[in-house]
Amino acid sequence: MLQIKNLHVSVDNKPILKGLNLEVNAGEVHAIMGPNGSGKSTLSHILAGRDGYEVTDGSITYNGEDLLQLETEERAQQGIFLAMQYPVELPGVNNMVFLRESLNAIRRARKESEVDAVAFLRMVKEKARLVNLDEKLLKRSVNAGFSGGEKKRNEILQMAILEPQLAILDETDSGLDIDALRVVAEGVNALRSPERAMIVVTHYQRLLDYIEPDRVHVLANGKIIRSGDKQLALELEEKGYGWITEGAAA
Amino acid sequence: MSVMPQDIENIIKSSYEYGFFTKIDADTVPPGLNEDVVRLISAKKQEPQWMLDYRLKAFAHWQTMSGPNWAHLKLAPIDYQSISYYSAPKSKADGPKSLDEIDPELLDTYNKLGIPLEEQKALAGIAVDAVFDSVSVATTFREKLHGAGVIFCSMSEAIREYPELVQQYLGTVVPYKDNFFACLNAAVFSDGTFVYIPEGVRCPMELSTYFRINEAKTGQFERTLIVAEKGSYVSYLEGCTAPMRDENQLHAAVVELVTMDDAQIKYSTVQNWYPGDKNGRGGIYNFVTKRGDCRGDRSRISWTQVETGSAITWKYPSCILRGDDSVGEFYSVAVTRGKQQADTGTKMIHMGRNTKSTIVSKGISAGEGQNTYRGLVRMSPRAENARNHTQCDSLLIGDQCGAHTFPYIEVRNPSADVEHEATTSKISEDQLFYCRQRGLSEEDAVSMIVNGFCKEVFKELPMEFAVEAQKLLSVTLEGAVG
Repeated sequence: MLQIKNLHVSVDNKPILKGLNLEVNAGEVHAIMGPNGSGKSTLSHILAGRDGYEVTDGSITYNGEDLLQLETEERAQQGIFLAMQYPVELPGVNNMVFLRESLNAIRRARKESEVDAVAFLRMVKEKARLVNLDEKLLKRSVNAGFSGGEKKRNEILQMAILEPQLAILDETDSGLDIDALRVVAEGVNALRSPERAMIVVTHYQRLLDYIEPDRVHVLANGKIIRSGDKQLALELEEKGYGWITEGAAA
Repeated sequence: MSVMPQDIENIIKSSYEYGFFTKIDADTVPPGLNEDVVRLISAKKQEPQWMLDYRLKAFAHWQTMSGPNWAHLKLAPIDYQSISYYSAPKSKADGPKSLDEIDPELLDTYNKLGIPLEEQKALAGIAVDAVFDSVSVATTFREKLHGAGVIFCSMSEAIREYPELVQQYLGTVVPYKDNFFACLNAAVFSDGTFVYIPEGVRCPMELSTYFRINEAKTGQFERTLIVAEKGSYVSYLEGCTAPMRDENQLHAAVVELVTMDDAQIKYSTVQNWYPGDKNGRGGIYNFVTKRGDCRGDRSRISWTQVETGSAITWKYPSCILRGDDSVGEFYSVAVTRGKQQADTGTKMIHMGRNTKSTIVSKGISAGEGQNTYRGLVRMSPRAENARNHTQCDSLLIGDQCGAHTFPYIEVRNPSADVEHEATTSKISEDQLFYCRQRGLSEEDAVSMIVNGFCKEVFKELPMEFAVEAQKLLSVTLEGAVG
């Protein structure tokens, strides 16, 4: 589904990613771990198509297409979803309206019929239960005045509604207490399916106690320096990043 | 970003969809202003002597005045001698007796604007007075309104048919000496709308006036007077458009509202005059004086405005809260983009006891637009326990535009309570990225955020207008980011 080859990315002429390779297939869950400043967020943003990043070398292929040629919204319409580390507040924009506009924009782009208000309401109520999101929050402005946990759950709700093909979770665990973490993880697990791939970007191993990855990659200094199964995550938890990053530098 | 420069061009060109010109034989007086022109206008309208005297007095005073220069606006001096002060479609010379006699060209024009004048096609529940250049060309649903005792007609007609009423109220809220543009209007106003709601009557339908400037080099100077007697209620809407022209055209209107005890007037405006092209050429100069007088106790006047058009907007719909327990409200959305400039706001003059006012102003600036809120809240010595709440928010799109706020607060009564809140925000890259990552185009994202920003004001508009206003806003801001 996704092939990243020798990706080099700079921000303000400063190289951040320096030859990253990654292949993700449908049905797989990949965890990307790494110390702060290793380029984890850059990877999330470049996949979602955020402005301000310059690809200096390499390629990203998504379903056989050159992903870098697509606009941000086109990527979303083709099934890429980024659950953000810091979900943005949209004052005055009703959460439910936002979700419906978003869903229908994606459906229109795929030449599918729009979802009517009644069917949509039913869908949202069902999915809100899945992520244990208070229905009152649906009537409020998008993320405005939400707690950290509520924002993250709202992200997972959006994901559940938009049913992406490739979901990227950017440090979804940051700022969550253990109960919120569990709820978010349950939401994510419920969305695992053979057609869907996920990339879980995280600093800590603890999220992976709840979301069991098929592959774990360690990102350091702009490259994936070690890949393995979930055992690798446990090892990192025990020993920290030092033993690998030092080894990589040597 | 995602929009190519030529796309933006197309959008800007296409976005003013009311820019057409109707070819119609018009009776237009040559440009220039002097006492003879004032007499000519009055004669054309077969006005009584008192009206002519009033005009001449105003004209004499106007000649001693100079234009205001305190507004936060940049404009070239206006040559008042190059404007024609009267233009009327010729077929109207004798005045149509019924809608059947209206020139089909005119009916067609209003149809194109989405305002059908034939009653069977008209929006249910809305009566329309259509003002074309200097004259009112049609007023719908008059019979039905007449049955309820409501007078809804053109100002010229009111001066002829209801002289006592007009004489009793005209100029009592906005005296001709009030300001430069109001004084000019008093001298040369050509038409407008008169509404009278008798005691205890709740007007059975929405009333509206649709203003259209058509002829080149003309000014439009209309005068609206609405009187709501004790315990009555009326909701009134106005809309405005004009053809696209390279030169600036002047629109200097005066609106006066009077409410007696327990009466309420709700006045809504969607102003979409031609704003000029992207280089700031052409467009309407919209210099308007609007004021309501809550004369009676417990009376209420609400102004709601959505201002998206005009090259320059200069208007401050105000309330004089004279009656005890009277209420004044001002809800405004003003959008400036391209080279548009707006200096707009309100005045709430609290004179009665326990008077209350609410001001909600939402300014949106895009492109090189300059948007100024200017508001006065005055608590007079007699205004015991008066309350005001002002909320003044600005939204910036891009980094070439400007938002400015000039609140004036004068409190002369220690029991008064005045609150002022102001915010300035920008549509951020983060917000746009967030929306686009969820599959929305940049323009849909902007329109969604802007509509969210304006929600408090839109909910004050009558339903049909709220939908119109939202659409208008989206069209106005197309291509604003990029």
